[in-house]
Amino acid sequence: MSYEVNGVTIEHDEEGYITNLSEWSEDLAKVIAGVEEVEMGDEHWAVVNFLREYYEEYQIAPAVRVLIKAIKKKLGPEVGNNKYMYELFPYGPAKQACKIAGLPKPTGCV
Amino acid sequence: MVALDINTGKSPKFVGDPHAVPKIECGAMADVKSFAAHPEHNEDLGFPGELLDNWQEVAIAKIGELAKKNRAFQVYLDTCVKCGACTDKCHYFLGTGDPKNMPVARQDLLRSVYRRYFTFAGKYFPWLVGARDLTKEVLDEWYTYYHQCSQCRRCSVACPYGIDTAEISMAAREVLDSVGVGQKYCNEIIAKLKKTGNNLGLNPKALQATLEDLEEDLEDETGIPVKLPLDVKGADILLITPSADFFAEPHIDGLLGYAKVFHAAGVSWTISSYASEAANFGMFIGSYENMREVSWRIRQAAKDLGVKRIVFGECGHAWRVGYSFLNTLAGPFDFLDQNYPIPQHIMEFTADAIDEGILKIDKSKNDEYVMTYHDSCNVARGSAMGREEGGQFDLPRKVLKAVCNNYYDMEQDTIREKTFCCGGGGGLLTDDLMDLRIKGAKPRMTALQQVSEDHGVTHMAAICAICKTQFSKVMPKYGYQMDSILSVHQLVANAVILDGEDNEDDTASDADNTSMEEK
Repeated sequence: MSYEVNGVTIEHDEEGYITNLSEWSEDLAKVIAGVEEVEMGDEHWAVVNFLREYYEEYQIAPAVRVLIKAIKKKLGPEVGNNKYMYELFPYGPAKQACKIAGLPKPTGCV
Repeated sequence: MVALDINTGKSPKFVGDPHAVPKIECGAMADVKSFAAHPEHNEDLGFPGELLDNWQEVAIAKIGELAKKNRAFQVYLDTCVKCGACTDKCHYFLGTGDPKNMPVARQDLLRSVYRRYFTFAGKYFPWLVGARDLTKEVLDEWYTYYHQCSQCRRCSVACPYGIDTAEISMAAREVLDSVGVGQKYCNEIIAKLKKTGNNLGLNPKALQATLEDLEEDLEDETGIPVKLPLDVKGADILLITPSADFFAEPHIDGLLGYAKVFHAAGVSWTISSYASEAANFGMFIGSYENMREVSWRIRQAAKDLGVKRIVFGECGHAWRVGYSFLNTLAGPFDFLDQNYPIPQHIMEFTADAIDEGILKIDKSKNDEYVMTYHDSCNVARGSAMGREEGGQFDLPRKVLKAVCNNYYDMEQDTIREKTFCCGGGGGLLTDDLMDLRIKGAKPRMTALQQVSEDHGVTHMAAICAICKTQFSKVMPKYGYQMDSILSVHQLVANAVILDGEDNEDDTASDADNTSMEEK
């Protein structure tokens, strides 16, 4: 179970989340997004970058509400809302966006 | 029923029968396999990392140990008379047509092995009594089908002997764990809770940041500094709520509702970063030791913070563990105020606040919704609430009706003690079981579609984190928006008006600002 990025093999778990978080790169994000059938545009990158910044500070993904609020501040309410987030990441801004951003999968009743 | 579908004047159509028995499809779900736990997660829980060499011997000994220790389990294995009353009661059978998802068939996967090794007839004449050897194929079959049971106990209500498939399912998972065959979803989560205090893996710093962010939102909305306190020593109330309430939608909106209610009631309260989880997945895997360890954190947090009361947030099986087992697992709670239920449910707290006229409510704030209520299985069939029998059904409805003008129940045989599971309970709320989850939600969704057709219901409320997540994922498959599932306390939050709150809509509040005393 691995992704191939520029000739490098990067391991992932059964669900496609990378196992060694330090191996993440923008090129890898594009590869994961390809597998997920998500075409990365500026708005996708804004979400991914925020997730990574938040993770760096708190070692966990932000609450969906916190993410949306941050994106709303950055890109306005047309993008910063729950519905639009699901248009960007059809399997959810938490799980799918985390996978592409190289974060661990949020677990529990979520 | 009169004046149905008043908006259009057309008669409502029949959507479908939630209880319709499907065509039998042998082996339809035989290939469904939830991901296996990694060795380190099994070991974190005190189980062998991988399948033991002598697994058969260990598994049989474990069944014997459980039958000896848990008399109910033995009675359930011994007493089934194959009457068939349970066969069409499981939502997974109704949704998949796989006969092994009939409760009696699910029980027999383990019962047949128990007979072989623990009954006279099974030992000497196995072919006469449906007894079979424990082989690797049988073990695999257990893993497959005991992870297609959400332990919702709907079948046990139908059983004339009260045989509880959930107990058998829990026992089977414990046997599997004891030989090194754990399920990833449950075991990874319990391991995480032991490290961080919650299923999500939220550390204190992140939890603090999340709560501060929510306080900011509440102040922006109301103009009032409503607090979400963390680790406050000497607070009166310790709130134990599922960590999904700190993360997911619509869960987090429910958390804001608890905060508003506590604020309006003027009580001091706190969340604990040490016991930042209500859910107890130890129950799903039938592990008393793990269930106890998770519960013990709640006791420890209550002692460390010096609180007088414990209140549980909206979490289904947490409330079963809280209401039915907490005292056995982590009691006695003689250090808490004995004048209140130990623990108390947030619904009891809010219902009392409504009765006492403490909450100012503007029901019209929820007029955009036509509501129904989904009884969560573990609350419905594993607990009670309030001072009256059936309070676990009546209190949530009472609160909903106090904050919403438009409310209709679904068909009687699909609610209250006969409620259908959401399809994601009991450790099955994992993406690798999505096909099962969608199919298992069918009976509930059919009942919902009917009440939408009959009364124009637009949204459904629930008081369980699993139900909320499950429905937000599966409702789009049944013609609803993902945000058609709401937290009960989200609706409370919408309608409650706090003292001093800026209220631009003065006319509405003047008209409907009634304190909701019992009439």
